[in-house]
Amino acid sequence: MTTPRPETLAKLTPVLTKRWLSPDAWRIGTYEKLDGYAALRKAFKAHPDDLIQLIKDSGLRGRGGAGFPTGLKWGFIPQGDGKPHYLVVNADEGEPGTCKDLPLMTHDPHSLVEGVIIASYAIRANRAYIYIRGEAVHAARRLRNAVNEAYAKGYLGRNILGSGFDLDLVVHSGAGAYICGEETALLDSLEGFRGQPRLRPPFPATHGLYASPTVVNNVGTIASVPYIVLGGADWWKSMGTEKSSGPMIYSLSGRVVNPGQYECGLGITLRELIELAGGMQPGHSLKFWTPGGSSTPLLTAEHLDVPLDFEEVAAAGSILGTTATQIFSDQDCPVYATYRWLEFYHHESCGKCTPCREGNYWMVRVYRRILAGQGTHEDLDTLLDTCDNILGRSFCGLGDGATSSVTSSLKYFKQDYLDYIEGRTAPRLSDKQLVGAH
Amino acid sequence: MTAFTDETRARAREIIARYPADRSRSALLPLLHLVQAEEGYVSPAGVAFCAEVLGLNKAQVGAVASFYTMYKRRPTGDWLVSVCTNTMCDVLGGQKVYDTLAEHLGVGHDETTADGKITLEHAECLAACDYGPVMTVNYDYFDGVDPQTAVDLVDELRAGGRPTPSRGARLCTLKEMSIQLAGFADEREGAVADGVPGEPTLRGLRLAQQHGISAPGFDPNAPIRSGQAGDKPAPATPAKAAPTGSTAPDVPAPDRKSPQVRTAETRQPDAKTAVPDAPGTRVPTGGTPPTPRDAQAAEAAGAAANKPAGDAKPAGDDAEAQKRNLSEAESTAIGSANDKGAKK
Repeated sequence: MTTPRPETLAKLTPVLTKRWLSPDAWRIGTYEKLDGYAALRKAFKAHPDDLIQLIKDSGLRGRGGAGFPTGLKWGFIPQGDGKPHYLVVNADEGEPGTCKDLPLMTHDPHSLVEGVIIASYAIRANRAYIYIRGEAVHAARRLRNAVNEAYAKGYLGRNILGSGFDLDLVVHSGAGAYICGEETALLDSLEGFRGQPRLRPPFPATHGLYASPTVVNNVGTIASVPYIVLGGADWWKSMGTEKSSGPMIYSLSGRVVNPGQYECGLGITLRELIELAGGMQPGHSLKFWTPGGSSTPLLTAEHLDVPLDFEEVAAAGSILGTTATQIFSDQDCPVYATYRWLEFYHHESCGKCTPCREGNYWMVRVYRRILAGQGTHEDLDTLLDTCDNILGRSFCGLGDGATSSVTSSLKYFKQDYLDYIEGRTAPRLSDKQLVGAH
Repeated sequence: MTAFTDETRARAREIIARYPADRSRSALLPLLHLVQAEEGYVSPAGVAFCAEVLGLNKAQVGAVASFYTMYKRRPTGDWLVSVCTNTMCDVLGGQKVYDTLAEHLGVGHDETTADGKITLEHAECLAACDYGPVMTVNYDYFDGVDPQTAVDLVDELRAGGRPTPSRGARLCTLKEMSIQLAGFADEREGAVADGVPGEPTLRGLRLAQQHGISAPGFDPNAPIRSGQAGDKPAPATPAKAAPTGSTAPDVPAPDRKSPQVRTAETRQPDAKTAVPDAPGTRVPTGGTPPTPRDAQAAEAAGAAANKPAGDAKPAGDDAEAQKRNLSEAESTAIGSANDKGAKK
């Protein structure tokens, strides 16, 4: 393991993660000593419209993958319409590779609760929900405890801190469906239905939860709000790049010496991140990686110096996504990796639309055939053709995301596919696994 | 109708009270966790219970229960052992761990050992890739496992031990966990405090600490509205839209529509068509919409008319029903023959 150079170390910007080192930061007493709920008191002195403007000025963009400007989203909520408004926090973390929201909710749940109160005040919502992934049981324990503590201290409930503002917050556990991370599927699930995406428009900003104006934001987005309120928009913009402002938690996993969470300003490169993580594991050299979870097209060693912000990653032909960088080496097979991801999308497809439901089902079978050494050259065309029919034709982003690793691995690693087909690579799967129509 | 305890019924009322009064269907997911907490899986009785307390019919509840992976359709063991076999964990050895456990326990995916202790499953990304390969027991993490540690772990569980998870709280059974999933606090003394953050979670922070790096400092008095003479004063009574007790309706329904009709309209706000998912078999588009209770009456009538299916037989596929169909067909045939005869 090598020590990172000082100029690389200087890129670390612990903001959202900074309380994780305080073992009791999940308790309200400790949280209050560490600037906790100071932003809320400050926010209540301002007009809600000014808070929306502040978030617009800060350039904060959604941390859940799409990078939509948060202030703009809040501004879409019609005010004075006589309808109840809702804030829903998307804590259904499940994108393969992504593991940043669970530690945040486990070790610093009050920062999320405080963000929820400020955001609800800004958009004039009197009811908020945190939809947390069902499997995230310890994070949910801490979060429920934090909500109870906040009620007991008067940060939630009626007339919060004498401001006249009321807010009820419910932590709602999901039940094991990746699709519920899609915002409209999440809303359907929260209403007690199967989690299937809705046709848009209308958008949640006008017809969201219970057909009322609703803001759906990721955990990281909402947890950023108290810091922006305290430090101001200019401070927030002093981190990150011009169009992608602020710090971001990068989750490194795979073939590096020290996988883990590294919070840096947006725009750091993978080369720098790997340096922070102590380099590649001995005997491994970088072959392919995802910039933001498995739904983002793979990148390769030639992209080591791409700044990881929303614009530059898009220019490199991928998506920043959730900044979950999964790092694979020359000892890992991109064909097999793609196959395993497709198994995931096949399992998690909600079945509502045909391209995603059928496309993923059949692509899994084509991959099994290739990996069992029985693939043909035609299979590669079939895969690309299938992807063409899924991408942009699916109801929601799940189908689109499923094609990312297929098309990008075929683009960069076609030779690996050909090696299976032409018998240069030993079959990875046994042909006993090829039952039924293959 | 069902054997659920009074405590479960009281908890069900508590769950429903968390949501707006006219949006009780939102309570369905936690209620399904609740019935799973009592029975270890979502049984037909559990589905009926949820339907009863929410005024839905069993088909509506069953359709939701069958969509989500965490609702088990068969009795489960005390310990749900989930091994991540998604790409990253698989590459790091997760598939080997799963295969070894399956062989050691003699069960496959979503199957329970003969002693009823352990249910095994392979999972799709448990959101702990920096700790891979990972497995969970009742959703609490065991990090960086290999085939041997995994086998030791399940052996300890079968011997009655409760191994300590790497980061989460001390283990509780799947039924106890389901109570928490239904939204109730973990009442075990100190369980919330259990678990320290793992090294991967803290790595970036430690590095910054060791080298004295921190994010740029800020002035907590930075104005919220930059470049302005002063902030707009907060309104005297800001953002007071509706009363918000936990049982208060968010807004008085202007037209007394049922939540189902309204939810369906959410998806197509301008549609005037009938809503197939609404309670009852017919949905009038004008006049009084059916109340949720109608769904139960309609369902009872339907159940009386159609005997439930026996073992492995499709509904209605019993001798009596076939005989009835046959006689109905015959009488229709005779009737139409008579008609023809009359015409002659």
